[in-house]
Amino acid sequence: MRTAGIDIGSRTVKLVLADAGRVIVEEVRWNSHDPIGVCRDLLRGREADRIVATGYGRHLFERYFDCETITEIKAVSLGARALFPECRTILDIGGQDTKAVSLDPQGRMKKFEMNDKCAAGTGKFLEVMATALGYSMEDFVKAAREATKARSINAMCTVFAESEVIGLMAREAPREELALGLHLAVAKRATAMLHRVEIVEEVVFCGGAAKNACLAAGIENALGLPLHVAADPQTVAAFGCTLAERQ
Amino acid sequence: MNDQAVDYHPMWAELGLDLQKHDALLGVLGQAYQDIFLSQKDRPEGMGYFDFVMSEVHGLRIKELMDAKAEGRIVVGSFCVFVPEELILAVDGVSVGLCAGAEFGLEAAERHVPRNTCSLIKSAFGFVAERVCPYIAASDVIVGENTCDGKKKSYETFASMVPDFYAMDLPQVKSEAGKALLKAEFMRLMKKLEAKSGRTITVESFRKGIDIVNKKRRAMHRLSDLRSADPAPISGLDALLANQVFFYDDPERFTASVEKINDELEARIAEKRGAAPAGTPRLVVSGCPMAVPNWKLHSIVESAGAVLVGDESCVGDRGTQTLTNPEGDTVEGLIDNLVERYLSIDCAVFTPNPSRLEHVKSIAAKTKADGVLHYGLQFCSPYQMEAMPFERELEDAGVPTLRIDTDYSAEDVEQIRTRVEAFIERIRS
Repeated sequence: MRTAGIDIGSRTVKLVLADAGRVIVEEVRWNSHDPIGVCRDLLRGREADRIVATGYGRHLFERYFDCETITEIKAVSLGARALFPECRTILDIGGQDTKAVSLDPQGRMKKFEMNDKCAAGTGKFLEVMATALGYSMEDFVKAAREATKARSINAMCTVFAESEVIGLMAREAPREELALGLHLAVAKRATAMLHRVEIVEEVVFCGGAAKNACLAAGIENALGLPLHVAADPQTVAAFGCTLAERQ
Repeated sequence: MNDQAVDYHPMWAELGLDLQKHDALLGVLGQAYQDIFLSQKDRPEGMGYFDFVMSEVHGLRIKELMDAKAEGRIVVGSFCVFVPEELILAVDGVSVGLCAGAEFGLEAAERHVPRNTCSLIKSAFGFVAERVCPYIAASDVIVGENTCDGKKKSYETFASMVPDFYAMDLPQVKSEAGKALLKAEFMRLMKKLEAKSGRTITVESFRKGIDIVNKKRRAMHRLSDLRSADPAPISGLDALLANQVFFYDDPERFTASVEKINDELEARIAEKRGAAPAGTPRLVVSGCPMAVPNWKLHSIVESAGAVLVGDESCVGDRGTQTLTNPEGDTVEGLIDNLVERYLSIDCAVFTPNPSRLEHVKSIAAKTKADGVLHYGLQFCSPYQMEAMPFERELEDAGVPTLRIDTDYSAEDVEQIRTRVEAFIERIRS
């Protein structure tokens, strides 16, 4: 049986097509003002016996497609556990949400934490900061990795942090130091969220922000533990959808 | 809802309301009620009474208040379960809870209180500043109480916005000194009510007041107990509505209406008929009060596939928990009974406040709940402070717990929905 897992996130839409646990198709597209249009394009010509949707757009998707829905928290739990069978703790940083999940030894969800409505410490936060510093996302990460010193950023609210960064630039703070400071600030916040659940090895890091090696290193450093990152950390939730039991 | 709808605009104009804004408010309220309550399936027939009450919440009920005033009775408005309705009834007054459950007049409110003030306080200021609350307008005296810092300090400003504001002090520790303070304050309030109404409280009038309020509480206890059945015979939304109307309605009529619903619920339980199928995840809400029309969390939870079976809140079991002992031969003796009853309320303004946790554990056990949602309003320090230890203790006791911090706005509804759905997934796994 072929199952489509679709994760409709704030920045990107992820599709995984799997047959009996074997991944056939894996694709990530930018989301737009028309999430359903993006989903339609992504699913065009792709046959599935069953669709399971997750992400903030799951309930919208449900109105247009015959599907089941699960939350991102359950989806990443299933996906991370399948990819890393020893996984007990998950950190997922996406476009607008950060989630920390702890699993029991059998892989059942034990406790989770999620940021509230503000974008503090999410992928979007880093995107806004990269723009404020005049970097592309790629250059932003590169600059942070090459920085020898970090300028500490106190504000975590996206709007306030942007003002703080602009203020620091006006005082001629080197922007690579700000880039590293911003990465470390997000790492600190993510680590604090992990501490509010329970940290047991192995810790899996997923979501689009897990592709950011500087951020991953910052979190590993703050945690004092290695992070396990999938080959494509962005599609872990969509893959998890393909593994969901039928309700 | 009413075929021969009465036009209440002249009454509202006489009360000094801003008619245009008030119409806008009623429009939003009516639509929300339609979407949230009337869309529920297989509701108890007795809820028809509450549908009627809500459709007339600014109409017929206000007319009743005006009629009472014309008969020389006083209307006493308040914001808190610490203001004893027994005393108000003892001077044959009418007790009404004031509007503080909707995000209305936010900008107007923020001209008087800081932005980082809880939604409940902001709402009260919004209603009074925009002149859209007929209950405030109809009140002869408004009794404010020194519970949290937000309320007691904002009352200093609020006092200048209403004709007669009376501040009541409250203890923060359940000690002998705290007890003495509460007694002195209840005695002082009694004098105020007597002066305002021109009536003297007698043992007889006091006992009558106690009796009426105890009956009302007893009806709510029965309702609370009936929610223990699986399938839950009534939705959490409908039970919340009954808890909210508790503060507005004529007490004796309210009691009769709730008891009628209770009888109906007993019959439904016998038929195994429920608001949600047997086996639906059952949750208890605990935390900040939800004044009308704050239905946000309940509507999210019940549309996410769980049913709410208990409310540990001032608008719920915390507010109705214990009865006032009606035995006593002197007014002062009855005041002592009142002090004993009110000091048992496990409000988070008290320090320490261990009985609240015990209470929610007992509600969760009684209702066979699968989990507890801790509801905290942003900037409500007392409940937000209690939330973390509360969560740890409940989790340690094997009760899954989810903390939700929010306000009256709709912007975080989807994030809360995701969390609640994930919590339900956790319970089901």
